[in-house]
Amino acid sequence: MAWFSKTKKLKASQSANGKSSPQPAAKGEALWQKCDGCGEVAYVQDWERHWNVCPLCGHHDRLPVRRRLELVLDPDSFEELDAELVPQDPLGFVDAKKYKDRLKSTAKNTGMKDAFISGGGRIDGRPVSIGSFAFEFMGGSMGSVVGEKVARVFDRAYERRLPAIVFSSTGGARMQEGIFSLMQMAKTSAALNRFRSVKKPYVSVMLHPTTGGVAASFAWLGDVVIAEPKALIGFAGPRVIEQTLREKLPPGFQRSEFLLEHGMIDAIVKRPEMRQRLSQLLTLLA
Amino acid sequence: MRSASAKNVKSESERAISAATMARPAYVIDFERPLIALESKIAELKQLSGGAAADFGDEILKLEKKAKKLQAEIFSDLSRWQIVQLARHPNRPYFLDYLGLLFTDFFEIEGDRRFAADHALVSGFALFDGEPVVVMGQQKGRSTKDNMYRNFGMMRPEGYRKARRLFDLAERFRRPVIIFIDTPGAYPGIGAEERGQAEAIAVNLEVMSSLSVPTISVVIGEGASGGALGIGVTSRILMLQYSWYNVISPESCSSILYRDATKAQKSAEALKLTAKDLKSFGITDEIVPEAAGGAHRDPAETAANVQAAVRRHLAELKQLSPEQIVKDRYLKYRAMGIFTAGE
Repeated sequence: MAWFSKTKKLKASQSANGKSSPQPAAKGEALWQKCDGCGEVAYVQDWERHWNVCPLCGHHDRLPVRRRLELVLDPDSFEELDAELVPQDPLGFVDAKKYKDRLKSTAKNTGMKDAFISGGGRIDGRPVSIGSFAFEFMGGSMGSVVGEKVARVFDRAYERRLPAIVFSSTGGARMQEGIFSLMQMAKTSAALNRFRSVKKPYVSVMLHPTTGGVAASFAWLGDVVIAEPKALIGFAGPRVIEQTLREKLPPGFQRSEFLLEHGMIDAIVKRPEMRQRLSQLLTLLA
Repeated sequence: MRSASAKNVKSESERAISAATMARPAYVIDFERPLIALESKIAELKQLSGGAAADFGDEILKLEKKAKKLQAEIFSDLSRWQIVQLARHPNRPYFLDYLGLLFTDFFEIEGDRRFAADHALVSGFALFDGEPVVVMGQQKGRSTKDNMYRNFGMMRPEGYRKARRLFDLAERFRRPVIIFIDTPGAYPGIGAEERGQAEAIAVNLEVMSSLSVPTISVVIGEGASGGALGIGVTSRILMLQYSWYNVISPESCSSILYRDATKAQKSAEALKLTAKDLKSFGITDEIVPEAAGGAHRDPAETAANVQAAVRRHLAELKQLSPEQIVKDRYLKYRAMGIFTAGE
């Protein structure tokens, strides 16, 4: 039995290749967890009770996608839809590993078929069409399945005249699906545009990290755009910018607080308050 | 009456074309070399024959036949990487060349009304086949100085917001939009991020998906990622024969996959990014043929091919009602993606 559990942190820049898919933390094994923010050690139970927010310093660690839905939805209200969608390998893409094999092993490790979970649920009794990225699946990258599921979140919201909520946590488009991944940006934005006519709110919540083709499509098109504290959000990843400019980036660059300061997002909401704040928005807009 | 800026553009594009045709041997891709060598030999012989000291007529004819055969051989079996190289050929016709050759009465619209002018995108109103349209294109530079001005064809948020203004104007005045794509990507800079690069692109994707006028994009060189798509959600997607369009550039792909940008050749193959690939995937509507040996060998012929293709698609789209245009475009993009539904 391990005394410490430290889920390995992924850098946003590593996400697109999916090489470093995290192993699911062996729950119930470790008793203590060390915080990436303050370096202090606290009970694992305390972390979990606080939705993976450090009970000592408030650092927001990654929250698995199922827990994310638990966090914001009424108990037992979530009905998963489109779970049957399975990714294909349209390019026959091979790098160090075949894309097909990478999909298979990631599916086995995560218990998911792709990087997005979606369906219907309720927040304080109000029905919503909702979806969330799973960063644990190939860095939350968007290929055809993710794009289709996001589009269907908007389709359902359109057909049933419901508010839509999407949580993003992604390195961007999935390069293993080439042009098909790029076109998911157009597809999701077109589906979102159709939904606008029902005059129901779309709330986009950006988590750490939200970059590339997802930031540059539906994630930044929310009627309201919210971010968790200190999330990395932007178009180009910091490594790309540093390589292009050949200089170090200023501290805090592309973090939620920086974007709020520049007028690029509407609010920063701490995880424990997320549910109540979403509910408030639904009251005000839906 | 031609506006002052139209004159400027015209002369600039004429300069560009003469640079493309006259300075041709100055830049040669490896695989073009045997052909160029043969051609300079033919030119030499022609010069000698001109002097009437000897008649090389038969020899010249033979060599010309050989050159034609060699060109056909080289170009019949280009690798994807070779096509990427052609798409980036510095003598390749750029947007302003097409603007000068295919449009008249250009009135440039430069303002984004937010922050700055973005010279990586040239946009405005013009006549195409005598009919008023909105036209825009990403513009690379020919010289270092020109490239600084054009930012190597990499748009900032201002460029996307300028384009968005033109989409709105096109919708209001019911003008078709013709878009030329040629970019190594949206600019990855500190200021661009501060001013919302991702947001600027995102807004365009949605706005373009909702336009009720015909929209046609032509990839004339490089179509890199969101930087290209940010002006590319169109009713029709055309691609020049030796252009590429993808989610990521081969260099960026290989630096992520192999942490080594020099393996771009390998990535180009894996990404399947050519016009032929995209046609086979059903993403591209039409491949526009280039002049033999690539667009840079004959910009005028290539432009004429672009004109014919755009003309034909525009005529088709103009038959449709505004509602049908929106619906068709929505269905086109909504259907993109490959997946299965099953256990």
